[in-house]
Amino acid sequence: MEQVLLRAGLWFGALVLAVVACALAVDQGFAIHMAIFGIAAALALWVTISGKNVDDAVRGILRMPDQGRYDDDVIRWGVIATVFWGIAGFAAGLWIALELTWPQLNLGLEWINFGRLRPLHTSAVIFAFGGNALIATSFYVVQRTCRARLAFPGLARFVFWGYQLFIVIAATGYLLGITQGKEYAEPEWYTDLWLTIVWVAYLAVFVGTIVKRSEPHIYVANWFYLSFILTVAMLHIVNNLNIPISLFGSRSYPIFAGVQGALVEWWYGHNAVGFFLTAGFLGMMYYFVPKQAERPVYSYRLSIIHFWALIFLYIWAGPHHLHYTALPDWAQTLGMVFSVMLWMPSWGGMINGLMTLNGAWDKIRTDPIMRMLVMSLAFYGMSTFEGPMMSVKSVNSLSHYTDWTIGHVHSGALGWNGMVTFGALYYLVPRLWNRERLYSLRMVNWHFWCATLGIVFYAASMWVAGITQGLMWREYGPDGYLVNSFAETVAALHPMYALRAFGGLLYLSGAVIMVINITRTILGQYRTEAPMHDAAFDPEKDRPIVAQPA
Amino acid sequence: MADKRIDEPTGVETVGHEWDGIEELNTPLPRWWLWTFYATIVFAIGYVVVYPAIPGRHAASAGTAGWTSRGALAKDLAAADAARAQTRAAIAATPVEKLADNPQLLRAAIEGGAAAFKQNCVQCHGSGAAGSKGYPNLNDDDWLWGGDIATIHQTLEHGVRYPGDEQTRTSQMPAFGRDGILTAAQVQDVVSHVRVISGQEKASASSARGAQIFADNCSVCHGANGEGNRTVGAPRLNDKIWLYGGDRATLTQTVTYARQGVMPAWGQRLDPVTVKMLAAYVHSRGGGEALPAATPAPDAAPAAPATR
Repeated sequence: MEQVLLRAGLWFGALVLAVVACALAVDQGFAIHMAIFGIAAALALWVTISGKNVDDAVRGILRMPDQGRYDDDVIRWGVIATVFWGIAGFAAGLWIALELTWPQLNLGLEWINFGRLRPLHTSAVIFAFGGNALIATSFYVVQRTCRARLAFPGLARFVFWGYQLFIVIAATGYLLGITQGKEYAEPEWYTDLWLTIVWVAYLAVFVGTIVKRSEPHIYVANWFYLSFILTVAMLHIVNNLNIPISLFGSRSYPIFAGVQGALVEWWYGHNAVGFFLTAGFLGMMYYFVPKQAERPVYSYRLSIIHFWALIFLYIWAGPHHLHYTALPDWAQTLGMVFSVMLWMPSWGGMINGLMTLNGAWDKIRTDPIMRMLVMSLAFYGMSTFEGPMMSVKSVNSLSHYTDWTIGHVHSGALGWNGMVTFGALYYLVPRLWNRERLYSLRMVNWHFWCATLGIVFYAASMWVAGITQGLMWREYGPDGYLVNSFAETVAALHPMYALRAFGGLLYLSGAVIMVINITRTILGQYRTEAPMHDAAFDPEKDRPIVAQPA
Repeated sequence: MADKRIDEPTGVETVGHEWDGIEELNTPLPRWWLWTFYATIVFAIGYVVVYPAIPGRHAASAGTAGWTSRGALAKDLAAADAARAQTRAAIAATPVEKLADNPQLLRAAIEGGAAAFKQNCVQCHGSGAAGSKGYPNLNDDDWLWGGDIATIHQTLEHGVRYPGDEQTRTSQMPAFGRDGILTAAQVQDVVSHVRVISGQEKASASSARGAQIFADNCSVCHGANGEGNRTVGAPRLNDKIWLYGGDRATLTQTVTYARQGVMPAWGQRLDPVTVKMLAAYVHSRGGGEALPAATPAPDAAPAAPATR
């Protein structure tokens, strides 16, 4: 009872704070955001005092099975949130690709112009889709590989809902024009503070679960997840050291100015790629690939060496985003050489993933989920070779500021992060909802081909566009004068932009197939179809060691 | 926790750990992987020695190659300048009216002007120099201030209504409606007249009244028949080419509030050779006129509106 009182008091305090901040707001955006915070606090307060069991209520709506032997409710919510935000993020991406091709689609509305929708798209896919996938899978993996239930179940629920609130605040902020103007760190100071609280809670749940593990060793997937959570906390805090103009306003200024600010931003930006999109998703890969392949991990030694090499080298590579700028030459050099050295440590993950199929290569042919995971590793290898190559200054002088960068990012994001997440979702849904199998494995195959073709269209068109653009910018005529005006280079890219949008449409179509498949699996339906191979699952073994009867 | 065992398909021993059914093989590091990793480290060390890399208290290590990004840029620019030096010197030494006497030099000037145009002028005049509302089309022979190369050069050098340049082209059309010189009805009448002389409307009672108003107020700059006057930059009104628009609404707006287009004085921003090359390029676009025989190039003329 005392605990309920304490929690209710806390939420009441948050509610009062939000109402006061809303009343004193100096700009409309801040007032709207404080109102959203207030509504969230009021909901949390109501749930606390009414004593309603959210788990039970949501379980009814989402047709979830009873609480399993592990604490899986938050993971089920996370799976649904991942799918939901994925569709939102892919659709936003398709829309802005169309806006770039046909600018009339801005419709003259400031809320949906490219400048505001672009961060909405990047945040939706990286932080909402990718972030929810990472949180959900990390909670799943850490429980299974530690054979222990989540350490702080209440806090885990706070992490989930708090993270969704962060997403809503960030996304509405972009549409209202609230931004710090830092790429991948656009949300303003109060949103950053909220995310910090949520993230520290996430760290506590994850570390707490590792501490109470029943296994003697910590599995490699958990090293990667932990490095991701820790480093993202550090990056997020340092890059968002801002001073608000008013405590009741949405604007703030960073404490780092000029080239220092740029370096801090790209130290953050590059390591967001390194630790969010690489280390975190490698954690995912290290669990779901061996589970789906039903094979031992290829090399324990490689996993140790490439883990430490990766996290040591990645953190220094950020300056390669600032080649040929005001950044001092020495910092550019270091950014480049650390990126080049990063090539093999990155590939260590690909080798360990792919070679885990030794003795089970036939599954690429027979198991569509495995095929998806293998394709994701192939794209991972491709973009982690492309990255170090583009960091080489002579390559960068052609590629920088062109669409090649966009192509590179998307072969990594759509290919690696997207595909490994889809594979994990297809693995998780039947197990989390106690279904014999997915609604349809053949639809996974359809999703696979739509997504793969989509990425090929996307990446190939952006490579061509980027190189065209780079060559046109630097083209000199025989008399020693530049040949092209900027507008002429833009016009030359138009067909490539249309192809890119088509690739995005294919990728989104694949994801829609996944939504149907997952929804019908959750509803307990099975498609009548010729069987395909899938990894075996023994629910009896899926439990913490403590709960095991002696 | 499983014990160490030999994995059958690969023949490799496991490490002996097991998590949720996942085991790990004790495969040694792939040699090619390890050696490539070493190679990238050796490359990195070599690169750090050759290029600026290690930060110190006052300056970073310079690197054995003595390379700096600023130095490399300066070298590239110097090489480009050197390659163009001869042509530029020849253009500098040739008065703009005489450029046409040397076809090869004129061609080089047009080429250079085209490049400078793409960088400095397309923002207003468009990448094809076709202009847009308020920004003249440079491909036709309808000139506000004159279309021979010396006059174009003068306009470029000093700009139009550009503050801070004493020789800038300048003129001021009165805001006939706003300042109460004409009533709203009179403005409509004069607009009718302008639309009649530009062949867009049939004569009417309104245009007849407008003709008198035009003669009293407008003809001093735009000419009795609306033929325009280049010395004051007053646009020709009896043709179908419009800078802001020839429809009734736009013309009403123009007569009521007047128009004052501005172009920067490029002489203040670009070097003299580039301005000359731009003049040659603009002159070459199709509407360039011959120099007036035996008369000196017109100087900056005072007063008159760039309006229609």
